[in-house]
Amino acid sequence: MFVFFIGAPEVMIKPNLHQSVFIMLPVIVFMVVPLVFVITSGEIDLSFASTFGVAAYVFALLVKLGIDPLLCLIIGVISGGIIGICVGGLIVYGRISSLVASLGALFLMRGFLFVASGSKSITFVEVRDHWMYELLVGKFYGFPMQIFWAALFTIFSYYLYRKHVFGLHVHHVGDNADSAAQMGINVNRVRIGVFAYAGLGAALAGIFSSLVNFTWWPTQGFGYLLLALAAVFIGGTPTWGGVGTIVGAVFGVGVVAYMETGVVAIGMSGVWRQFFNGLIIILAILGHRFHGTRIR
Amino acid sequence: MSSLIELKKITKKFGGVTALNSVSMDVSTGEVVGLIGDNGAGKSTLILTLVGVHEPDSGEIYIRGEKVKGWTTAKARDSGIETVFQDRALCPQQSIVWNIFMGKELKYPFGLIKEKKQIAEANKLIREIGFTSELIDAESPVGNLSGGERQGVAIARAIYNNAELIILDEPTTALSLLETQKVFDFVNNVKSTGRSVLFIGHNIYHVYDISDRFILLDRGEVVHQLDKEDVKSSEELMKVMKAAVDKHH
Repeated sequence: MFVFFIGAPEVMIKPNLHQSVFIMLPVIVFMVVPLVFVITSGEIDLSFASTFGVAAYVFALLVKLGIDPLLCLIIGVISGGIIGICVGGLIVYGRISSLVASLGALFLMRGFLFVASGSKSITFVEVRDHWMYELLVGKFYGFPMQIFWAALFTIFSYYLYRKHVFGLHVHHVGDNADSAAQMGINVNRVRIGVFAYAGLGAALAGIFSSLVNFTWWPTQGFGYLLLALAAVFIGGTPTWGGVGTIVGAVFGVGVVAYMETGVVAIGMSGVWRQFFNGLIIILAILGHRFHGTRIR
Repeated sequence: MSSLIELKKITKKFGGVTALNSVSMDVSTGEVVGLIGDNGAGKSTLILTLVGVHEPDSGEIYIRGEKVKGWTTAKARDSGIETVFQDRALCPQQSIVWNIFMGKELKYPFGLIKEKKQIAEANKLIREIGFTSELIDAESPVGNLSGGERQGVAIARAIYNNAELIILDEPTTALSLLETQKVFDFVNNVKSTGRSVLFIGHNIYHVYDISDRFILLDRGEVVHQLDKEDVKSSEELMKVMKAAVDKHH
């Protein structure tokens, strides 16, 4: 970010750039913040990138049926939570590693979307006239409203993570699941809980993204898969479980989002983007190494 | 003395291996029971079954004379049974306070944690059990503590919850002499307040010194039970134990 400011101050002080970043950045925040819970619990989730699409599909279909968009939104978000519970249940009761189970769910759900939609996108410009549109993704003195909602979601998640019994149990399970079980924590329920939360977040992200674009399309969200995970790790949550940071993850989203536009802004070709993303991930993880190692 | 917890004919198998074979035992209010047996005798399995980590294949568990169903660790803790596990059951990356209140957090309605109260209580507790270092407070991670101090955190957890039965699984393993003495003081302290202790160890001298009654386990079966009056010294207990085990083989 700093480099970009020095490299291209004239672009970086233009509000246009920041505005374009801020339109999609909150959407990524919805997805990334719950992932911190998943990683802290010692698991990994990949399915969220498809849950994103499924929940948005549910939302789009219901809107097309003429149902009140608010109700569509609620049902869409709940569907994301239910998908999360199913993925979590598969991992816990099927005793499958979360990497494999969520990878399977990722392709299964995406495949379902292609089949169900016939690979066609759905447009729903009519939501623009609904009061909910202005409230969720409208402009407030030039600022996209979704920034406000993403901030609210982040604060809520922070409290859930650090000050709520669920968040504490997530830490304990990720740190030492046997100890947690011996102390009477229902480890299975906590594990399913984190996947449910990841599903909720992905659903919110999917629906917000669709609202911004007035469109649902079959590959929606798929491109966020690795970027969202990268944001968690860049933000400072280590891979081994037991510790993590919500605020860091939001910064991680910032880094990833600015990388997209910043690279181009300093005059380099867009093809460098992924190169820099990779570089930052590696530097960030190396940084954690020197900053402190895992306590056993 | 009334029975606090009673196991009746508990059997537990892991695959084809019978870890516990029809074990019956009980612990009464205000007594210290020593559970002895060689490595692999089934002591740890018995404890893990007693506190609900393992589900028995058959047999019954009674708490204060009432039969329990669907026995879990959470239920055991709610009934006033606290365990200091052999591996301490700690989360090393988390703070002392989070570890002390693990699974039994102090919370407001809707599950928000009473953070200040927890920290205040934890600081009081760790001073009580003899943490003197200024560098350590309730918010230090457990991973930075020594073995004895970690044991202290596990014991603090049992103290705070005012358990009626405290189970100590090999509590003196890997502890210094001074730290071992601290554990003994703790057990005597619990006993003097009329509560019970189940003390598991393979160091027969430690078990002899501290217990009122002994239960001898061998290859998953209770082979002998005796009171402290029945034996005059730890050497004699050792002899009795050997005889019982030889007979059992």
